[in-house]
Amino acid sequence: MRPLKIIVLAKQVPDTRHVGPDAMKPDGTVNRGKLSTVFNPDDLHALELALNIKDRIPGTKVTILTMGPQKAADIIREGYYRGVDDGIMISDRRFGGADTLATSYTIVQGIKKIADYDLIVGGRQAIDGDTAQVGPQCADKLNIPQVTYVEEILDFNDTQIIARRRLSKGVETVSSPFPCLMTVHGSSPECRSRIAKNVMRYKYARTKTEMRKGDPVLEKLHKKRPHLVIPEWSVEDIDADINKIGLAGSPTKVKSVSSIVLTANESKVLTDSDSDIEGMIKELIKHHTIG
Amino acid sequence: MDNFFTDTPDFKFHLKDPIVQKIVKLKENDFKESEEFDFAPLNHDDAIDTYEKILEIVGDICSKIIAKNAESVDLEGPHIENNEVIYAKGTTADYKALHDAGLIGMSLPRKYGGLNFPLLPYVMAAEMVARADAGFANIWGLQDCAETIYEFGSEEQRKKYLPRFNRDGATAAMVLTEPDAGSDLQAVKLKAVFDEEKNTWILNGVKRFITNGDADISLVLARSEEGTLDARGLSMFIYDRNDHAVEVRHLEKKLGIKGSPTCELVFKDAPAELVGKERFGLIKYVMALMNSARLGVGAQSVGIADAAYREALKYAEDRAQFGKEIVNFPAVYEMLTNMKIRIDALRSLLYETTRFVDITKVYEEVKNIRSLEKEERMEMKHYARLANVFTPLIKLTASEACNRIAYDSLQIHGGTGFMKDFPIERIYRDARITSIYEGTSQLQAVAAIKGVTTGVFLEQIKKYDAEILDKNCEIRTKLHKMTEEYGTIVQRVIDMDSTELIDFHSTRLVEMAGNIIMGYLLVINSQRDESFTKSARLYVNLVRSENRERFDYMANFRLENLEMYKEVDTTVLEH
Repeated sequence: MRPLKIIVLAKQVPDTRHVGPDAMKPDGTVNRGKLSTVFNPDDLHALELALNIKDRIPGTKVTILTMGPQKAADIIREGYYRGVDDGIMISDRRFGGADTLATSYTIVQGIKKIADYDLIVGGRQAIDGDTAQVGPQCADKLNIPQVTYVEEILDFNDTQIIARRRLSKGVETVSSPFPCLMTVHGSSPECRSRIAKNVMRYKYARTKTEMRKGDPVLEKLHKKRPHLVIPEWSVEDIDADINKIGLAGSPTKVKSVSSIVLTANESKVLTDSDSDIEGMIKELIKHHTIG
Repeated sequence: MDNFFTDTPDFKFHLKDPIVQKIVKLKENDFKESEEFDFAPLNHDDAIDTYEKILEIVGDICSKIIAKNAESVDLEGPHIENNEVIYAKGTTADYKALHDAGLIGMSLPRKYGGLNFPLLPYVMAAEMVARADAGFANIWGLQDCAETIYEFGSEEQRKKYLPRFNRDGATAAMVLTEPDAGSDLQAVKLKAVFDEEKNTWILNGVKRFITNGDADISLVLARSEEGTLDARGLSMFIYDRNDHAVEVRHLEKKLGIKGSPTCELVFKDAPAELVGKERFGLIKYVMALMNSARLGVGAQSVGIADAAYREALKYAEDRAQFGKEIVNFPAVYEMLTNMKIRIDALRSLLYETTRFVDITKVYEEVKNIRSLEKEERMEMKHYARLANVFTPLIKLTASEACNRIAYDSLQIHGGTGFMKDFPIERIYRDARITSIYEGTSQLQAVAAIKGVTTGVFLEQIKKYDAEILDKNCEIRTKLHKMTEEYGTIVQRVIDMDSTELIDFHSTRLVEMAGNIIMGYLLVINSQRDESFTKSARLYVNLVRSENRERFDYMANFRLENLEMYKEVDTTVLEH
């Protein structure tokens, strides 16, 4: 089997498990400054899927690609800690405010710049928007096949890859020619942990913008160890059309945001008597919950 | 917070002890290694940041994998298949996770694939692993053997064996005990003969109670000098499992740490390499190995104690009786708070001891590169003396305390704790071995008593006293009183001029010293971090009365009493 070239799409998202009162701005967009951030959980599954293929096919190269503000360079570092070969950061203020359409356009421009790839993987969806649209849109724009809800890579050969998909009513085995794009389901294996030496090796990986803070020790280190420089691509670097990115390229407009509190439905308390249990079974059958 | 490192702020605190600066600087050869290795630290802060980041990985694996597998590992245990020990599935998964994360051989030098960690962060990792699964902690902790090969093996042996730990996840075993040589290792019989024709040492004989006996790399204690009967006829050997010359005859069925295989081994013309010099096996190399192992059991005990405490706390917060959560009853909250303050105290002693051992070891390493300055030699000697008595002290006190804490934790669980439904039942069983193996508590007292009789403990107590900033505080007065009592009673026992009496009282005397030392350490900690203030106050109160009891007992103890104890009543056996 020939080594593959894999691109992992990963996003830094607000940690929605720890949401405070000022998590949203008045205009309905997320107030990123007020939220701690995490590696999008499904994308970690995608990273594992890619690294697992790298384990199985020696020589395979995994590149992690992220788009976001400077802080998102954490995603690239996290990728290095867990075993990717390369990382690329797409970052430019002008990309800000993008919806899924503008995001997929931007990412695809980045992928086109990378040019040489066999497989693109990403998480099924991000926990901040839950749209699950960016992956499929990228595949469409690249005009390559897409496989969503992937749980496991079962097999591969030089021309195709076979995956199991986790669907609501069961599983499906599909094959796809290379190159293709896959979105990975949360039922796939958890991502491996960080690797000690990689953490030690890459903890000072920085983008050029991050380096602007001016730390003489780090500057010296970066000159000596070029692998610590995280490539950072701007609008010009990926040759993006200014009208298709950021807010200008985003037809989605948030009309309003309302806070919904989920309250418990009415509940019934049953005893363990036969008549109570029989009554419950009859009711469940009547409402087609079971049967 | 699902991370055993970040949920225990004490770790970061103990990494910040002022003396760590010196340890790291020596260990990193003034940070020159960063020229050669791109994962070596650039300076002290960078090194500490690295330790924290790596310990966070350990904490994550402990919480997400090892702790979750502990129950199934305890149930399933290892078994023998085709003369091979097969671990429980969970054990294999635990080891793989740590190996994949590059956490085997943490303290080995970088050129042999290690992370070049000082002992301090390594022992912290050991504590976390033990908290997650005490039995598994043994398998992981046996990487100490790599350290012994590094210290005493030839360069050829280092190159041959050491890289296998980090790269291949090699496991190790200390093969010492025999049916007739348990606490008394001088009686070891396993025979080593040099075969001129094959140009190798050949081992023959039986070993028993060998933890992880089917390991990839084993350090074997054997009798190389025919006709000798004592320690001076013993040498240490490396046996490589790839030679397939050892039969795993039997796995012991045990009360606790069931995931850790305890093997009976038969060496059948097994080829082996001599480590270091002949006849130094027990008197030098095994002693060094045992000291690491004792520190390891200290860490294991603190980990078990912490696990037991957390289980008790969770249960007491949840369980309601008589209309309120049981944590609100005096009998329960007293037990819980005493567990907490004892753990704070033990952990302080554990990492203080580790730092003493660390300094001694880094000077040993520096000696390989350059000769030490006079001042450095003095310092090394000073810390070696402290390490020699603090190591058995932590092993003794932590293992005894973890049994007590596990006992109280199970008690708080009530009848439920006696059932198999909660982890405390396993923790309670696992705790029991800590005061037995790697030298029983009674043997630790024999080793630590030197700290009492030579005045090393008292000297150190005085040093701690000088570090207390508020010279007039009440707690210092209490510690002074305790120190005075300790000094008085030590003198009284010594003056009675009976070595047997000193042996008889050794545990009491060592524990008195330990209590005072831990009291001081907590007070000193509280000067840097207020969160220790409560523990310091309550702990000194608690152990003051415990010491008082020991004092009274010994003050009123006469030599005739010893004679009466000596005549053990055996009449019950006569029927």
